[in-house]
Amino acid sequence: MSKHWHLETDQHGISWLHFDHADSPVNILSQQAFAELAECLDELEALQPKGLIFISDKSSGFIAGADVNSFRSGMRQREAEEHIHGVHELFARIESLDFPTLALIHGFCLGGGLELALSCNIRIAQDDPSTRLAFPEVRLGIFPGYGGTVRSIRRIGALPAMQMMLSGRGVSARQAKKMGLVDQIAPQRQIKALASQLIRKAPKARRQTVLNRLANSLPGRMIAAPYLRRETAKHANKDHYPAPFALIDHWQKHGGDAGAMYRSEASEVSRLLIGSTAQNLIRVFFLQERLKSLGGKQDFHPRHVHVVGGGIMGGDIAAWCALKGMQVTLQDREAKFLTRAISRAHGLFSRKLRKPRLVNAAMDRLMPDPKGYGIAKADVAIEAIFEDIQAKQQLFKQLESEMRPDALLATNTSSIPLETISEVLNDPARLIGLHFFNPVAKMQLVEVVHGQQTSADLIHKGAAFVRCIDRLPLPVKSSPGFLVNRILMPYLLEAIKLIDEGVPAPAIDQAAVEFGMPMGPVELADAVGLDICLAVAEKLAPLFDLEIPNQLKQQVAAQHLGKKSGQGFYAYEKGRIRKEKVNSSYTPPEDLTDRMIFRLLNESVACLREGVIEDEDLLDAGVIFGTGFAPFRGGPMHTIHSGGLDTQRHQLELLEKRHGNQFHPDDGWAKLRGV
Amino acid sequence: MVKDRYVARNVFVVDGSRTPFLKARGKPGPFRASDLAVSAARPLLTRQTFAATELDEVIVGCIAPGPDEANIARIIALRLGCGDKVPAWTVQRNCASGLQAIDSAALDIASGRADLVLAGGTESMSHHPILLNQAMVAWLADWNRAKSVAAKSRQLAALRPQHLQLVIALLRGLTDPLAGLTMGQTAEKLAWRFQIDRAAMDHFAVRSHQKLAEAIDAGRLDEIEPIYSNNGDLFETDDGLRRDSSVEKLANLKPAFDRPVGKVTAGNSAQITDGAAMLLLASEEAVEKHNLPVLGQVIDSQWSALDPTQMGLGPVHAMGSLLQRQQMDGEAIDYWEINEAFAAQVLACQTAWQDQDYMQQEVGLEQPLSAIPEEHLNVDGGAISIGHPVGASGARLVLHLLKTLQQRGATRGMASLCIGGGQGGAMLLEVAK
Repeated sequence: MSKHWHLETDQHGISWLHFDHADSPVNILSQQAFAELAECLDELEALQPKGLIFISDKSSGFIAGADVNSFRSGMRQREAEEHIHGVHELFARIESLDFPTLALIHGFCLGGGLELALSCNIRIAQDDPSTRLAFPEVRLGIFPGYGGTVRSIRRIGALPAMQMMLSGRGVSARQAKKMGLVDQIAPQRQIKALASQLIRKAPKARRQTVLNRLANSLPGRMIAAPYLRRETAKHANKDHYPAPFALIDHWQKHGGDAGAMYRSEASEVSRLLIGSTAQNLIRVFFLQERLKSLGGKQDFHPRHVHVVGGGIMGGDIAAWCALKGMQVTLQDREAKFLTRAISRAHGLFSRKLRKPRLVNAAMDRLMPDPKGYGIAKADVAIEAIFEDIQAKQQLFKQLESEMRPDALLATNTSSIPLETISEVLNDPARLIGLHFFNPVAKMQLVEVVHGQQTSADLIHKGAAFVRCIDRLPLPVKSSPGFLVNRILMPYLLEAIKLIDEGVPAPAIDQAAVEFGMPMGPVELADAVGLDICLAVAEKLAPLFDLEIPNQLKQQVAAQHLGKKSGQGFYAYEKGRIRKEKVNSSYTPPEDLTDRMIFRLLNESVACLREGVIEDEDLLDAGVIFGTGFAPFRGGPMHTIHSGGLDTQRHQLELLEKRHGNQFHPDDGWAKLRGV
Repeated sequence: MVKDRYVARNVFVVDGSRTPFLKARGKPGPFRASDLAVSAARPLLTRQTFAATELDEVIVGCIAPGPDEANIARIIALRLGCGDKVPAWTVQRNCASGLQAIDSAALDIASGRADLVLAGGTESMSHHPILLNQAMVAWLADWNRAKSVAAKSRQLAALRPQHLQLVIALLRGLTDPLAGLTMGQTAEKLAWRFQIDRAAMDHFAVRSHQKLAEAIDAGRLDEIEPIYSNNGDLFETDDGLRRDSSVEKLANLKPAFDRPVGKVTAGNSAQITDGAAMLLLASEEAVEKHNLPVLGQVIDSQWSALDPTQMGLGPVHAMGSLLQRQQMDGEAIDYWEINEAFAAQVLACQTAWQDQDYMQQEVGLEQPLSAIPEEHLNVDGGAISIGHPVGASGARLVLHLLKTLQQRGATRGMASLCIGGGQGGAMLLEVAK
């Protein structure tokens, strides 16, 4: 008797194999699920039904992919290779069954799930916005290994298949139909009827276009592969992210030979899997899952969010909440201060939702509210006005008196302590911080800030709200700069100090990007706005003994505020950066990267010691999702540990000797334990 | 057979909002009719103590909803977050559609079928469609049927210039199809019958602009909610206002309808405008249950009909009959709103109102009524300065009349409109002192 699969045969002699993975909200291809599937195939080969339909009983979707947990550290390459060979054999058995097979797809159909579906003769998908088919493997540092590289190319042609596998991007049911990844689509009400019909009379096989057939030929691959490499290199550094490049090599070498492809899949994917990039990315995947789970500690289902402050931050928070289905009221002192927020929101909705009907509905959910009618009805209020203690106190006093007693009161402040703002409240325990990052629509992290006065369950409530708008909550203590800005600031200041010392900005940025940062620190400072950087630095400097580099003060004094003013450390033309190439004869200081990164690592250790954040994993998660810190390195704490605790500390001491006490190892180093 | 007032239950107007009225400027404006109604009603509902889902129904007057706005009231209700379970219906009585919506809401509340109703009117006249003529539609049908190349070319040869003549729905809507007169021509007819001269009309129009300007400056139009287009343009006030309007300037305008010698011009007629006005009506029980403020009370209303070519006199008939039923004379009314479709038409109403013969023979009253004092009629301007989004005006009049009564500490008001096709509608309102 199977735990995860249930086989039933209908009156027409068609077998329906229901996948319903026990003890899991989603279907995953665990070892046990594979083993049971093999037994089901034994049974089916004996039964010889007229057809076989794979169907998921989970409301969330078809199959979410392989069991990523089993790929975590400790697996040897041999084991991984054997596992892959096993799955290859299993899927080959499905492919060679002598009755028709069909995969009925709804919701997500990812990675191994899609590879299973591709082993069937026919695929159909539910025509619904929630349907998503993808090969997300590259995001975990590997590429499809369950025959996906062979079968996807066979089904939809080499170029579309390679693009899907290289980007990891998902396609909707309609796109999947268009590219031939599925044969037919139907709404939920017709999908089973369609399955019954097609299993009895198979749809005509789709013929590959000439171009696609040419692309998979040897000359085609010789031409296409270098092009794909160039395109991929624009987004990913080969040293940091080897998987997409390995996939291109794999296809170029073996694309014409299915047997060789399967063998190469097994050896290449298992090699990548045990590498540090894949292991770190898998760890980041689980860190993300942990942040998500933080939202589940309190049953809180807000419907209406009231945002005060129609500036970029407030407006973008309001728009994001409306995009994610909230009823939103957006308040500012006068109607005219909301115009930009409304047009920006419309831009966001148009980009994300596309269909006018959906854009319209989102606009309807976002109400400009200069008179504050929404306050009394809101479940959550977020303050995002200018950084002025009295203005904020006055506002929160009003909010507290007008809002429902169970409503959540939050501030997006990054520089005023919660304890100070909440002084004026009847119940200071009500105030939490919800610190969003700019740009709101891109930055997944939201710091959920608790002051000393904040009641504990409100942190969970705040985290639950953050999940409701599909962001990642990170609980942090109310201390200057919280976690992300605090850790980022020494790194930025060190970078600008290097400019003081005569290192060209592009060289500094290049070093950081080579380390794996999404953007160099100087460019980042320009993007944030140098005035804002200076203001934050001045706030934090006396507290953490920071030195503010002259260049920063001078730029701000000269009104060179960065991207927004058209001139900062770089010049901007119509918002586009003009970056000069570093002179090839120039040799940057040898410890350029270390100087920036070690400031960041040292500050991370300080934050841990002070309890700004609960543990090392959360710190890594926060810094990765809040700053884009090289995910393939697994976060600052993970970087420290993989470099060796003592070695890293020693490195820091050397920097201190050379460059001064900003590199003095924090006391927290002594408390760290090696892993 | 005089009907009684709303008998069963009292009907209260709780609150209301309207959009700024925006002059149509040739091409479609930034708002569709449903956008306007949503923009007006969203803040109105948000500031209430109850949820939108607690409404019993939504009734909206609109003459020409867009092609994607069939039963526009239901679309508005759903867009406002009233949820699946709040029924909604659209009413159409030409220029009085907004008044009809309020009357229908009041009747449902009075009869006990509803306790809480959102009612009002909306119109995006700049979005009124331009249609293909019937011959062209028939030609297109044949074109679709023609399969062979030969058939297609025969069909192509049958295409004539008149096929391409477009039907402008807005102009057709403002023309009485039976009488063959445009609305402006019916106003010319009244001007001729009651000997109203051009100077009087232009003077009336200038006063309309002056009154609106004063009302804006004094902050008396607090029922207007600011509205935003998708690209962030903000509209806060009625943009048809001309503060520099003068009799001399208006005298330069050419007649718009009876060319070349008529008197009715674009300057002394209502403006073609986009806008919406939405009100919240409630029973006494709902007022108590939700602890609602009360703006005023709907006492009675009346619909009357007359010769379509003299539709502008509709208010005389409706208001006259209403006063008769209520056994009131004109002095009982503190403030009046008569929709300014045309200056000539309002002035004609004033004359007919005081005319023994007209009132006896055409309205059926024994005695004429005394003149409505200018300072009690349309005190904060009217459709000539504010604009006349046809489906919305009736609701605007009711809402602003209640505001006027409240602002001036008065008790009783009468709102009335003339209606294309030969009708008049009137509503009697009271505010508790």
